Amino acid sequence: MSVFWLVISGTLTGAVGPGISVLYAVYGELITERAGRINLGMEGCLLVGACFGFIATAETGSAGLGVLAALTAGGLLAAIHACLVINRDTSQIAAGLALTLFAGGVTAYAGRDYVDSIITGLNPIAIPGLAAIPVLGEALFRQDILAYVSYALGPILWFTLQYTRWGLSLRAVGESAAVAFAAGRNPALLQWTAIVLGGALAGIGGAQLSVGLTHTWSEGMTAGRGFIAVALVIFGLWSPLRGMLGALLFGGAVGLQLQLQALGAPVSPFLLDMLPYLLTLAVLAVWTGAASRAMPEGLKGILRTG
Amino acid sequence: MNFRLKLPDSAPSLQAAGPALAGLPAARAVLGVALALAIFGVFILASGRDPLDALQGAWRGVIGSPFGLSEVGVTMIPLVLTALATAIPARAGLVNVGGEGQLHTGALAATGIVLYFHVGAPALMLPLMALAGCAGGGLWAAAAALLRRWRGVNEVISTLLANYIAILLVNMLVFGPWKNPDGLGYPYTIPFDAAAILPAIAGTRFHWGALAPVLALIVCYVILTRTVWGFKMRAVGGNPEAARRRGIAVDRYAAAAMIAGGALAGLAGMVEVAGIHHDLRPGISANLGYLGLLASWLAGHNLLVIIPACFLMAVFLVTGDVLQLTAGLPSAAGMALIGLVLFLVLGLRRLERRPL
Repeated sequence: MSVFWLVISGTLTGAVGPGISVLYAVYGELITERAGRINLGMEGCLLVGACFGFIATAETGSAGLGVLAALTAGGLLAAIHACLVINRDTSQIAAGLALTLFAGGVTAYAGRDYVDSIITGLNPIAIPGLAAIPVLGEALFRQDILAYVSYALGPILWFTLQYTRWGLSLRAVGESAAVAFAAGRNPALLQWTAIVLGGALAGIGGAQLSVGLTHTWSEGMTAGRGFIAVALVIFGLWSPLRGMLGALLFGGAVGLQLQLQALGAPVSPFLLDMLPYLLTLAVLAVWTGAASRAMPEGLKGILRTG
Repeated sequence: MNFRLKLPDSAPSLQAAGPALAGLPAARAVLGVALALAIFGVFILASGRDPLDALQGAWRGVIGSPFGLSEVGVTMIPLVLTALATAIPARAGLVNVGGEGQLHTGALAATGIVLYFHVGAPALMLPLMALAGCAGGGLWAAAAALLRRWRGVNEVISTLLANYIAILLVNMLVFGPWKNPDGLGYPYTIPFDAAAILPAIAGTRFHWGALAPVLALIVCYVILTRTVWGFKMRAVGGNPEAARRRGIAVDRYAAAAMIAGGALAGLAGMVEVAGIHHDLRPGISANLGYLGLLASWLAGHNLLVIIPACFLMAVFLVTGDVLQLTAGLPSAAGMALIGLVLFLVLGLRRLERRPL
């Protein structure tokens, strides 16, 4: 097999794992943004998920309880955001960034005794049959349980937003809270639900990172993945299915880096790290028509001008 | 929690988002800080330490000691600059989330001067580096201003994304071509020589870069309140449509404010590398850009209120470091405290529009 194919298959195999935590955050941010709100605290939600998920797993020995703790921590942190922006009319930007800083401090404090803890955590489960498919099987079907759940969540989320009454209400609030209210919906309640649910999903993503992928906790381990998720939601034009593609792109960049490093190729790994941000800016700047059409009206105050 | 309806603005204005410490709810600010300290105390208690003891130790180490106070000053230098980087564009109605990135490009440009245009005399070298820092930050902000003007991309999202690109750019250089060949593999540039260093007051890290935020504050204040430019800029931020009808070039003023903000953040980057680190390395900022933004927000983008807001943040940041030494808490605990204060002060703010 040529070097080229080795790199391609290696990249694909390594692309899915690192993308899963980001994918959960993408789902979370997507629900939030479809309800017309933006949560720049996704990074914080991922971080508390990673930290408290890891702590709970280390203390109880049960990865299931760890995920539960992560989900709760992410949801609770997002509830602060919801309270500030919906009930207290605080700026979404200030509140979200404050959330991320707060989470950085709290997790450094709470997790300091767990940096060297060893956990069993979540481990890859090979799906019989499917895992035997060359390259793709290796990439997709030798992952932990949270990865399989995330594959299913994309289509479920898409269907829920597109075809259920709740999804329609949520999108209606995202387009115009006043019209949704006139149609008998409760905008504040729907946005609260969306923000808390979004934070909980990011919390699960954090647990996938610490309890599933790396089996470690370290301070600030999410390393900007929450902000990448905010970018990828826009890159995917607010569709969960395109969001899956975006997360795969992020994972692919990580996977390709490892391959290039192994080859000793003279490409700076940081150049590849820039890709999600550059592509998102490109989507916003070049593809203005499509971006503008797909964008929930309620977000235009933050993402568009004029 | 009640779910009374409040119709959210589709385009939240800065006025609605602004005042917190400003507009004289000083009592609220004090209440917010006191509540945050109380909650923080409960956490310290829960971890089996005496909260009063810890706070007393922190007070002695931060406010009560000359070194602690000097550290607060050192922390305030970049904070005031990055707070201004948010406040100036805010006065023209723009939201600059890009202080962190502009700080990095400013530091990068100033380091570029040291590496490629080195002059021996500090009297020439330092101003040159400061100019480069301003240019580096200003250009980074100009890109966001251009994207806004030409492609309708809001500066909130473009400056946020640009932060990460700038940080990665710095990493790319210091891990790559700019790495000191004699640096034992550490990702640092060569150490700056004496001509490129802002001297510190003996025994402390408090350096002459402190002049930068003082001058910047005075210049910004005079321009905003005493000149036609400043008046027009505030008009653009207050009511762009009215400003347009009065014949003010709204877009040009907005772009100028954005670039000025970027230049100030870039200057913060120069001051940090020339005054503190004496080289360029990863992690020169530790969220200074975001903390400055939040300080400006706490201050309602009021230039004078920025000073106490930055002081408060600097005290908490240094408190974190002191608690690490005295109480064995991680220094990031200071960040948790800042987060609590922000939640409470932002949340306790009087609502201008009651929920229906």
